[in-house]
Amino acid sequence: MSDKKHQVTRRQFLNYTLTGVGGFMAAGLLVSPIRMAIDPVLKESSSGDLVNVGISVDEITDVPQRVDWTVEQVDGWYKSEPSRSAWVYKDENGEIVALSPICTHLGCVVSWEGSEEHPNRFYCPCHDGLYEKDGTNVPGTPPLTPLAVYEQEVRDGILFLGNPIDRKGA
Amino acid sequence: MLQKIYDWIDERVDVTPIWRDIADHEVPEHVNPAHHFSAFVYCFGGLTFFVVVIQILSGMFLTMYYVPDIENAWKSVYYLQTEVAHGQIVRGMHHWGASVVIVMLLLHTLRVFFQGAYKKPRELNWMVGVLLFFVMLGLGFTGYLLPWDNKAYFATQVGLEIAQQVPFIGDELKVLLAGDENIVGAQTLTRFFAIHVFFLPAILFALLAVHFILIRRQGISGPL
Repeated sequence: MSDKKHQVTRRQFLNYTLTGVGGFMAAGLLVSPIRMAIDPVLKESSSGDLVNVGISVDEITDVPQRVDWTVEQVDGWYKSEPSRSAWVYKDENGEIVALSPICTHLGCVVSWEGSEEHPNRFYCPCHDGLYEKDGTNVPGTPPLTPLAVYEQEVRDGILFLGNPIDRKGA
Repeated sequence: MLQKIYDWIDERVDVTPIWRDIADHEVPEHVNPAHHFSAFVYCFGGLTFFVVVIQILSGMFLTMYYVPDIENAWKSVYYLQTEVAHGQIVRGMHHWGASVVIVMLLLHTLRVFFQGAYKKPRELNWMVGVLLFFVMLGLGFTGYLLPWDNKAYFATQVGLEIAQQVPFIGDELKVLLAGDENIVGAQTLTRFFAIHVFFLPAILFALLAVHFILIRRQGISGPL
């Protein structure tokens, strides 16, 4: 040993080196498993295509009617055709409106005039949530945001719907 | 910061002696490859354990994607292999590691055998080691079925027939493993999965603990 003052002792140096090498090995081991585990977060979300919901524009009236259809869904290794539904009507300008039936309070399913006490409104049976015809939530009832609106397109007189888009609270 | 956290815990539960008992002791000269290169043969046991750690880690992560069901097992493995980033690598680690474990285990056993390190007072640890060997073979056998491809299926078919050759209880043993008298199917797969990820690892951990405690108690056998 020289007379110079040693900032790092031999023991400390060995400890640091061993910890470093060990850490490097552990990190090398864990990189792939962790990358695999977080893969769902990093995967690009595929925006679904618009789907023919089986109703022609002529059939749509100014009274909301329930439309049911199925979409093709790929969930990892599992392919299925879950059903979707929407309340569809033409507003006063003749524009088609397709509302998601999922209550924005806690996710129950709403129906047009679902309660005899609340005509001309969407009604949620779970907690008496109410929405106006355009989907706006009625103040004083549980939901705080309007019903979501489906992406839509008319092709050859047939209605095609995509994903429901959430709307901001009134 | 870390030192402070350590001190805080140490002050309350006195962990330093535990650490000293587990790891802070000198490696005898005849076991240290830095002194005698031929001492690398003493590394095989540690290497076996290292690969076992890899198996446990990669296995834990694989269960995030794998389903033990005849409809979906193969599909989930295929999805993991082809669609999930690094999925191929993690399954590769588990696949190749399974073979490497057996190789290391064999080298470790050969070293202990030819050095006579199993002799008194270490016979008990030899027996525990043999049990560990059987547990490893069991893990290999049960894991082989899980991808549910043709190779896995027919290998298990053969394996079950081997189990059936056991005197007296062979037939019952086969049904116990397969979950059905005639079919190698849905119930076999869930059974093998449960044995592979819960039962055998639990036994493995217990035996490993005994194996290591005995080494610390008795020390490493002396030089030849």
